[in-house]
Amino acid sequence: MVQKLTITLAALAAVILCWNLHTILLEVPDELNQGAAFRIIYFHLPAVLTSFCGFYLAMALAIVYLVKKDLRFDAMSAAITEVSAVFATVTLITGMFWGRIIWGIWWTWDPRMISYVICLLFCWGYLMLRKAVDDPTQRARLSAVLLIFTSLDIMIVWKSIEWWRTQHPGPVLSIRGGGGMAPGMEPPIYWNLLALIMLATAMSLVRMRQESMQREIDAVRRYAHAM
Amino acid sequence: MIQAGYTATMASNVEPSPALIASVPAQVKSGFLQQAFAIAGKDLRSEWRTKESINASLSFAIVILLLFSFAFDVSPELSKEISGGLLWLVFAFAGALILNRSFARELVNDCLDALLSSPASGAQLYLGKCIGNFVLLLIVELMCLPVFTVFYNGLWISQAPMLLAIFVMGTWGLTAIGTMFSAMTVNLRLRELMLPVLVYPMMIPALMAAIRLTTVVMAGDPVGGDDQIWIRLLIVFDAIFTLLAIALVETVLVG
Repeated sequence: MVQKLTITLAALAAVILCWNLHTILLEVPDELNQGAAFRIIYFHLPAVLTSFCGFYLAMALAIVYLVKKDLRFDAMSAAITEVSAVFATVTLITGMFWGRIIWGIWWTWDPRMISYVICLLFCWGYLMLRKAVDDPTQRARLSAVLLIFTSLDIMIVWKSIEWWRTQHPGPVLSIRGGGGMAPGMEPPIYWNLLALIMLATAMSLVRMRQESMQREIDAVRRYAHAM
Repeated sequence: MIQAGYTATMASNVEPSPALIASVPAQVKSGFLQQAFAIAGKDLRSEWRTKESINASLSFAIVILLLFSFAFDVSPELSKEISGGLLWLVFAFAGALILNRSFARELVNDCLDALLSSPASGAQLYLGKCIGNFVLLLIVELMCLPVFTVFYNGLWISQAPMLLAIFVMGTWGLTAIGTMFSAMTVNLRLRELMLPVLVYPMMIPALMAAIRLTTVVMAGDPVGGDDQIWIRLLIVFDAIFTLLAIALVETVLVG
């Protein structure tokens, strides 16, 4: 059942992405000031939102784990965090390409960009922490607490554009009060967001299955040692 | 007082005396902060006797201050520009030594288990440790300041009260996060490595704010206008992470 869902989600995401690529590359016109480079936003923005959704979902699952003490929630939380880290990396890389073309530099010490790197460092720290703890219950507990702390840091990221003067562009989507895009240019962003969320869900399901198998292997190993 | 001086010897399988049992309700009734201060007092007393952390931390801080002078050709103008960053990086590196020892020193003779089984709650234990670390780090910072003044021609006397306020706010931010992460990593295999990896990214917002404010003060400018946001950030950071740590430390230490 889970395997079928994973394949269906991945296939649907692939179809939407292919169709969207056609729209973005052939139908949407170049932006007046940025030219063709503006198309990076069609992957940059959905990747940001997907990683944000992932981080918050992982935090919610971490809280659920702390309440229920069920290791399945820890596995879900860990899988989603790993996948979110991948999308956060995609965000940074696409952002850097855009910055190189539009600003002429790969990187600037902008608060939002710094905060996003902090998030990535947290993900690496989180993965290292999970490797450093052998006991599954202790690992789950510490990971959950770390995720909650991390999520607060991500809130600072989200609000930083309002708190600090920044070089980063302001909101462009009309739902965030930006409205900087022509009406025909906006829908592909939402379609790509849907596709990336489906892809992220499929990847998380694969990782969750691996975590579950790892738990079973560990249990068998412990049983063998006890024998 | 049982809570702070509670040792592993006392926690052994000896039947508690009636007097001890009778004394427990009174201790439980004692205030939240009283117990926290008792733990902080125990830590500071222990540090005063051994001077382990503070000696290591201070000498490390001075070494880094010296090494930075080789990294930059320090002119008075450059000194003003880099003062905040230099000082707070030194404090963060030196602070990690204090924070690493904070919970690790309780592992000997299973003192951590004894402290956890004492009437003091995890939150009180955390707050006590946090206050202890805060005082130690602040002492190191205040001792580093004259050294910095001599090495880098720092001029801060006229702004001393503001600088002290920044030090207090920034140091509390570092220790609030650092003590929590020290508790998280105390039982890990790679404790000494894991703490810096986890704690430095977490400290960045507080460090950014403290660096900016210290640089302004060291340049002899008043803190106002645009810089007010950094003060607010420091206060919010301190409050949020102290409360969150108090809420979650029991989960980390006990489960």
